[in-house]
Amino acid sequence: MDLVIFAEQQAFMGKSRAPQIPDFRLTPRIDQVGVGERISRITTRSIKSNAKLQGLKMILNMIDLTTLEGADTRGKVSQLCNKAKFLHASNPDLPTVAAVCVYPNFVSQAKKALLGSPINVASVATAFPAGQSSLDVKIADTKLAVDNGADEVDMVISRGRFHQGEYNYVFDEIAAVKEACGSARLKVILETGELGALDKVRRASDIAIYAGADFIKTSTGKISPAATLPVTCVMLEAIRDYFYESGTMIGMKPAGGISNSKLALQYLMLVKETLGDAWLSNQWFRYGASSLANDVLMQIEKQRTGNYQSKDYFSKD
Amino acid sequence: MGKSPTLEFDSKWNLSPAPESTGHINLKEQYDLFIGGKWVKPASKKYFDTINPATEKVLAKVAEANEKDVNRAVLAARKAYNEVWSKLSAGERGKYIYRIARLIQERAREFSVIESMDGGKVIRESRDVDVPLAAAHFFYYAGWADKLKYAFPNRNPQPLGVAGQIIPWNFPLLMAAWKIAPALATGNTVVIKSAETTPLTLYKLAEVIESAGLPPGVVNIVSGAGETGAAIVNHPDVNKIAFTGSTGVGKIIQRAVVGTNKKTTLELGGKAANIVFEDAPLDQAVEGIINGIYFNQGHVCCAGSRLFIQESVKDTVLRKLRDRMESLIVGDPMDKNTDIGAINSKEQLGIIKKYIEVGKKEGATMYQNSCDLPKKGYWCRPTLFTNVSQSSRIVQEEIFGPVLAVQTFRTIDEVIAKANNSPYGLSAGVWTDKGSKIFNLTSQMKAGIVWANSYNKFDPTSPFGGYKESGFGREGGLHGLKPYLNL
Repeated sequence: MDLVIFAEQQAFMGKSRAPQIPDFRLTPRIDQVGVGERISRITTRSIKSNAKLQGLKMILNMIDLTTLEGADTRGKVSQLCNKAKFLHASNPDLPTVAAVCVYPNFVSQAKKALLGSPINVASVATAFPAGQSSLDVKIADTKLAVDNGADEVDMVISRGRFHQGEYNYVFDEIAAVKEACGSARLKVILETGELGALDKVRRASDIAIYAGADFIKTSTGKISPAATLPVTCVMLEAIRDYFYESGTMIGMKPAGGISNSKLALQYLMLVKETLGDAWLSNQWFRYGASSLANDVLMQIEKQRTGNYQSKDYFSKD
Repeated sequence: MGKSPTLEFDSKWNLSPAPESTGHINLKEQYDLFIGGKWVKPASKKYFDTINPATEKVLAKVAEANEKDVNRAVLAARKAYNEVWSKLSAGERGKYIYRIARLIQERAREFSVIESMDGGKVIRESRDVDVPLAAAHFFYYAGWADKLKYAFPNRNPQPLGVAGQIIPWNFPLLMAAWKIAPALATGNTVVIKSAETTPLTLYKLAEVIESAGLPPGVVNIVSGAGETGAAIVNHPDVNKIAFTGSTGVGKIIQRAVVGTNKKTTLELGGKAANIVFEDAPLDQAVEGIINGIYFNQGHVCCAGSRLFIQESVKDTVLRKLRDRMESLIVGDPMDKNTDIGAINSKEQLGIIKKYIEVGKKEGATMYQNSCDLPKKGYWCRPTLFTNVSQSSRIVQEEIFGPVLAVQTFRTIDEVIAKANNSPYGLSAGVWTDKGSKIFNLTSQMKAGIVWANSYNKFDPTSPFGGYKESGFGREGGLHGLKPYLNL
């Protein structure tokens, strides 16, 4: 993905209006049962043959291949970058993943390793995953990532402040990090597993979007539950309402817990039916996952050859 | 300000066909009447075709019962009542009903495929709604069979005798379950008639009844049109009439039973108000509106066909509604991904088209989704009309198709007055985040069923039935036992 093209696209759309910032205490209410019903319509969609293959290739191209461990080393990151570049040697026609996602101190290494490939480097920042630090530290963390060459920054919101009702604080913090990002695209992680209710997910989504998020993202992957279909549905609806309001597209990234192709296809179907065609690209939709890629590869090979292959034919990096 | 931003759903990622297979279906070329536990040829010597409305192909020939046939069926039912069924212990009765329920579950796939072939409804609904709910009704009423004295304490509940039952074409198997299960549980025997366009699953149910070993004559099944129904209604040895269908026919039945001892329940038409307040969870309300009107192609007596949106959120709701309509798939009912199937019959399609023309002539603004329709078969795109009022015919009259009439309102009193301003009173829906508003509104609605923040939810434990010209009597739940008992 090319950032210049992205900027041009936004300019080309030409219908962007800056919408008024709403009162976040009054964000739309969400009915959990109703969301569940919508999801049950999505999960009963039967995605077969051509549609499945096409969907799987899109998914592969939307994955942010991720390693976010205390035990990450130069070796681990270098192996991950290799995996990103050469997903499956026996089928070279496959699309690449969208990005690799690492901690800030590995960004420059990843950047170098991926030089010349279309793969972006995303970095988590802002005292990931808890976000329990001062704004100064978070800005410094963001700058570290950006200065090292990160194309995308995945920040976490201050969930504690959010629960205390300090929505303006959360908003300002996101806006400040956005500014520190410069031209890097900002993904805002809501950590929905800590928000407790879909009403809150919607509120946090609106705060993030209006504060300048380019993407909103469900989870760090460190808290269970991570991404779920209902939570993603609510976030996509927030994106849709903002689009109705302003004409500006915001991206979506469910992360954590999406480890098989079937589930990933259901997410894609949810995007298609909620936001339509324009969002079906890695410009606007991503999966944060580490093990999803291999399952997708396995399914693609199954569609191509007619047989399931052993897991040992797919590289584990 | 430029053109308002639009979402595009004309997809670059389209679903591949995912048809449910029909190879396992075993349909006879010709169905005779099921009377006294035997398959008998009709005295009328007449058969009519039942077709698949999605392909216009003939599925089978079905016997047309005349007065003589109905008389035979009633005699068989009376004999079974006198000699077997009324002498059986309630616990034994319950066992038979449980057996029917289990057999429906076992043959669920077959039932849902035939239901979709014969009626045009999508396989997703027949598989996930019609057939499981039908089985659930039998399970539920089986449990009541030996507990009637506890259901009506200090009374002496006694069966009526022979129940004559007439069911509609929109939910054939499910309506048969609604009728047969409580009748059997309360100790009555049954003569039941299917609708002209959808006789097949009722005859499949006859096969289930056969294999359940139900004593001959306890359930007798006939098919035919209005005259067959009239023969049941007018038969002097029938003790109870249960009818689900149009208000027009309901009125004829009501006239026919005047001065007789027949107990009656009528479940008739509707023109339900679905009310969306500004504080509602709007995205979920939109899903409920879709489910309320486009479920089963709108062939639902309790369909939410009059939408009332609080004026402050009108534009938002309509925009979301149109976008959701764009993602609905119309077409082959057998495809697992189809959302809206075929209109049940050519005749019904004619009625729906007539109303769409009426709406346009009355100056209403029409919106339909932009999908392609198959060449053969009977189809209607999901449709909504704005710019209508209480004085419009498409607001007043039941269309029984995927056509929604949208009005706005300002206050709660206004919307209650408008919602009740209908000769019908079967169901209603209300969407709001405020609990007190729900209770205020539901207590003032003249409707038998009011759904709050949901729509078209059915459960065997819950009574169903109407006010005013939507009929009387309740089906389902404890209430559903009463119309089949002398207390």
